[in-house]
Amino acid sequence: MVLRMRLLPLLATALLLTGCSADWGWYVVDPTSPAGQRNLMFLIDGLYYTIALSVTAILISVVVGLLIALPGLARSRPPRIINRVYVELVRAVPILVLILWVYYGLPQVADIAISMFWAGVLALAISDSAFQAEIFRAGIQSIDRGQHEAAHSISLSYADKMRFVILPQAIKRILPALGNQLVYMLKMSSLVSVIGMQELTRRANELVVTEYRPLEIYTVLVLEYLVLILLVSAGVRWVERRMGAGEAR
Amino acid sequence: MQVSDSTTQDDAFIRIRHVDKFFGSFQALDDVSLDIHLGQKIVICGPSGSGKSTAIRCINRLEAHDAGEIAIDGVRIDDSAAARRVLRNNVGMVFQQFNLFPHLSILDNLTLGPVRARGMPAAEARSLAEYYLERVRIPEQIDKFPGQLSGGQQQRVAIARALCMEPKIMLFDEPTSALDPEMIAEVLEVIEELAGSGMTMICVTHEMGFAGHVADQMVFMDHGRIVEMAPPKQFFSAPESERCQTFLKQILRH
Repeated sequence: MVLRMRLLPLLATALLLTGCSADWGWYVVDPTSPAGQRNLMFLIDGLYYTIALSVTAILISVVVGLLIALPGLARSRPPRIINRVYVELVRAVPILVLILWVYYGLPQVADIAISMFWAGVLALAISDSAFQAEIFRAGIQSIDRGQHEAAHSISLSYADKMRFVILPQAIKRILPALGNQLVYMLKMSSLVSVIGMQELTRRANELVVTEYRPLEIYTVLVLEYLVLILLVSAGVRWVERRMGAGEAR
Repeated sequence: MQVSDSTTQDDAFIRIRHVDKFFGSFQALDDVSLDIHLGQKIVICGPSGSGKSTAIRCINRLEAHDAGEIAIDGVRIDDSAAARRVLRNNVGMVFQQFNLFPHLSILDNLTLGPVRARGMPAAEARSLAEYYLERVRIPEQIDKFPGQLSGGQQQRVAIARALCMEPKIMLFDEPTSALDPEMIAEVLEVIEELAGSGMTMICVTHEMGFAGHVADQMVFMDHGRIVEMAPPKQFFSAPESERCQTFLKQILRH
């Protein structure tokens, strides 16, 4: 992590230096010129939707994933089958296809109007929920049976057992995996650009079309994602440390 | 073995009748019948795999028995709400591995059941927790976490956690088997004290000295069956069955 953080400015400098040759046109994103500044702001503005899409989608997918994981842990078969079918089906659909289907197909099937934003959120959330379900299932299964038995022995209901005993311990264990999913989600949100959502990737595409400088603009795009994701990783690690420090085991 | 007539009176608080339990094709309990009256202290012993833990786990429905009947206070133990209610109001359990909630403070470990399962106000649950921690002699640990306590202390917290549900019966499943030798005494003392206060208890243990003090009825199990049942004096001095004699010889040799 520290190493990567140190490499980042080096990498950026190297790119800028190579970019000083005549074939490069850094002027399009030159922060010292008014036009470059405008272009840069146009690109960075996409951050809002990238973050909004990813965060909304992950919040939904965590909840849906948990709700799908629980029947997967049942003792009887039918709920487990529901879990399996959902997970297998959803995992089999490419995210891009799901985005297209939700945005263009769902309004016809369900006779509802769906905005670009919510179509994107829905597709990302559904897609991710299958992975979240598997993560939750593994996390909950990793908790010792004795914890379930102790909860039973003090007569906790299923909901109370999950809420106060099992999930707090399971979530702590799966936090690294949840962090990974957030990073994954931030990257996958770039696919929502295909339906016209003005997030980072779409903005870059649009600027390329008007400025004909794909190399420079996409390089900025790469750096945008890089910085965003490194920050998120650092944040996740910080949360992990804090949760780990709270208790001596 | 069939229980003698003197123990099959209808006023038994827990009645176990002809209970079978299978794990796959392995029969863990084979026609087990046992009556427990309020105030009784029963110690179950036997070789490992004899079904003694399974027997008490069936009483509070940690395992579902496959045949026969278990009734507590006249209520049949199954998956019904009535059974859950009668278990909640009457039965506490202490495990071999303590099974404290590692992410909760000692106080929260003790108050979770009273507050969530019995709907007790937090302040009341807290004073209940303080009272029982006092009884297991570790009131000063109330704000710590389980991982910060010794094994013996953890098991005493687990006893207090069960007591906070104010049960009529306590089930102990080898409460000292996971403890370092020097910590066994402190846990047994607490259990003995509890027995002295009139608590009904069923205890699975290999601590025969303790069993001799505490039990009013010894039960010996082997291969899922109750082989022998007698008051401790008779049980230790003149066991009837050969298997029980062999077992006692092995366990008392040290």
